Amino acid sequence: MTLLGWLQIAALFLAVLVTVKPLGLYMARVFNGESTFISPLLAPVEAGFYRLSGVDPKREQGWLAYTLAMLAFSLAGFLALYAILRLQAFLPYNPQGFANVPPDLAFNTAVSFLTNTNWQNYAGEATMSHFSQMAGLTVQNFVSAATGMAIAVALTRAFARSKAATLGNFWVDLTRATLYVLLPLAIVTALVFVAMGLPQTLDASVTATTLDGGQQVISLGPIASQEAIKQLGTNGGGFFNANAAHPFENPTALSNLLNIFAMLWISTALVYSFGQMVGDRRQGWALLAAIAVLLIAGVGIIYWAESQGNPILTALGLDAGGGNMEGKEVRFGQSASALYAAVTTGLSDGGVNAMHGSFTGLGGLVPMFLIQLGEVLPGGVGSGLYGLLVFALLAVFVAGLMVGRTPEFLGKKIEGREMKYAMLAVLILPTVILGFTAISAMLPVAVASIGTAGPHGLSEILYAFTSAAGNNGSAFGGLSGNTLWYNSTLAITMLLGRFAYAVPVLAIAGSLAAKTKTPASGGTFPTHTPLFVGLLVGIILILGGLQFFPALALGPIVEHFAMLAGQTF
Amino acid sequence: MIQHLRPAFVMTALFTLLLGLAYPLGITSLAQAVMPNAAQGSLIRRDGAVVGSQLIGQATTSPRYFWPRPSATAPDPYNASASSGANLGPTSAKLAERVKSDIERLHTAGIAGPLPADAATASGSGLDPHISPAFARAQIARVARERGMTEAQLSDLVGRVEEGRLLGFIGEPRVNVLRLNLALDAMKS
Repeated sequence: MTLLGWLQIAALFLAVLVTVKPLGLYMARVFNGESTFISPLLAPVEAGFYRLSGVDPKREQGWLAYTLAMLAFSLAGFLALYAILRLQAFLPYNPQGFANVPPDLAFNTAVSFLTNTNWQNYAGEATMSHFSQMAGLTVQNFVSAATGMAIAVALTRAFARSKAATLGNFWVDLTRATLYVLLPLAIVTALVFVAMGLPQTLDASVTATTLDGGQQVISLGPIASQEAIKQLGTNGGGFFNANAAHPFENPTALSNLLNIFAMLWISTALVYSFGQMVGDRRQGWALLAAIAVLLIAGVGIIYWAESQGNPILTALGLDAGGGNMEGKEVRFGQSASALYAAVTTGLSDGGVNAMHGSFTGLGGLVPMFLIQLGEVLPGGVGSGLYGLLVFALLAVFVAGLMVGRTPEFLGKKIEGREMKYAMLAVLILPTVILGFTAISAMLPVAVASIGTAGPHGLSEILYAFTSAAGNNGSAFGGLSGNTLWYNSTLAITMLLGRFAYAVPVLAIAGSLAAKTKTPASGGTFPTHTPLFVGLLVGIILILGGLQFFPALALGPIVEHFAMLAGQTF
Repeated sequence: MIQHLRPAFVMTALFTLLLGLAYPLGITSLAQAVMPNAAQGSLIRRDGAVVGSQLIGQATTSPRYFWPRPSATAPDPYNASASSGANLGPTSAKLAERVKSDIERLHTAGIAGPLPADAATASGSGLDPHISPAFARAQIARVARERGMTEAQLSDLVGRVEEGRLLGFIGEPRVNVLRLNLALDAMKS
């Protein structure tokens, strides 16, 4: 670790800190239905969307109608993307002449992008036509993020309103999130990315004659436009197999920082919008503080572990001074790789600029653990905020049990019904992650996909289901996931991770909205203090993390000690 | 549920037109008009022919050139249409064997002592265009011998091609191998 490396990390977090407020306030205006500085340009487009789809923007929905609308839209998105992938050979913008995507892979990919996971069982540059990348994947990159934002906003309104029967209109929230937040930011980011060197073309590959006289076929495509929304929407599904390690997705140290900033910005700002919309900005800062504590600790541990290098390779004659460079790019080194790895997993982004599967035992444990904490640091766009609020409910409930008072959060009484839904949501992650990992570890056809034997093999499987359930999308890439078993089980895991979490959250929203908002009194447990932040951090670590400890002990922790002992598998 | 199906399908179609076609095609036209070189992949031409991209590493094994890092792409190293890392875990026996054989190859080529960490490890993309300044300097003696140049000449050249940290703290010091080798070819020996 070096001082300069830490300075780079500090600069990124500082940039996010000072820009959270303006975007947070802007998004609060967008979701409160107020007009903004780009309304003159976008309001006609927005009105056109409602007219053509037969939506009355003034009519609000109760939690059930809101949920059904969200599910119907997800279904339509799935069918559209599946059809595009299955038919890409007959569609335009396919200069490489790629064949139709096979059914199980198309199913897995459609679910993956629809759920904002972007797990990639395919190599983009060798599978997807430009049309599939643009009209298929890019579209879901936008709308799956906008769907997450809509759900988070519905839950926010539940806290802001008193005795309300409705949570807003899903179609309006979806449209406004896309038009007013994601699209303008994506246009600007995409153009800056091109200026930094990301290609943006519809041409086929270029063949170069190398200095050695060989032929090198260089894949090109509409990369900048995809990369921009991939990060802003915390999707993580890259144009290329190597994702943001590929120099065309992430050519410089500066583009790397912009990538990380773009992932973090909306998710953190949305937490601020929450504070603004419930009328207590301190509440937003308290949640952000809890996020910052855990996320910066994660960066620090990865940075430290990777800087030590791999003693097995050091013994063979590599200088340990450069750290563990397997799977990493020279332009990023240890600091920028650790920063990216922690942020992409604390968020549910899942893009990578270094291969997590080649990290050292402890360096690889942290990204996996950050996903297992429930993708709330600050989590995916929208999904992170509602996940964090579920943990906040659990925290006030635990605090209420300790002092024997009815728990309250922002003036809403938290009762049995909300707690049941919250536990239902929180328990879905360990159930599917540990369940499918256990089955896969015993099934010969699943074990055959492992890339590195020994404890790392278990880590590869555990990481895959963790990533799918958390809707993250990053991987320990040694696992060959493009098999019938993993294509189907990972798709099921992604669907459960998204919808078996979101539906209980909307049910909580419906239940809370109907309650009276009681003003704070002397007996109210304040939820904007360092005490609450500490309690929230504790709840996230214990409820989110502790249940995975036995599995982690058998995977990355054993691997760490094997590595120190110089044992290979 | 039925009442939600119309907005669901109509909005999906509208979003596909706006975000899947208008947005990427609009960005493409703009990028091609304003920044055509970057938009086409920052290609480098020599005597009219494309020799590679400034951003993409290429396999270079001739002893007359500086060598890049090992690459794990298939079927050949530095395959720029199938980016990939090796994805081997830290305790992988395959990884240890591969690193060992790369270290031996470099030792045979006259590079002594502990090697810089990037010299015998595969990058995540398999297309890393850079090597560390330490790995570049470690190769100076060999290239100088092959080309009949002095080490001082090459040391000077590496210094000129080397890129530092942006603003002194962003990123890592690095040497673009293709640019270094092109500068090498341009030198009168």
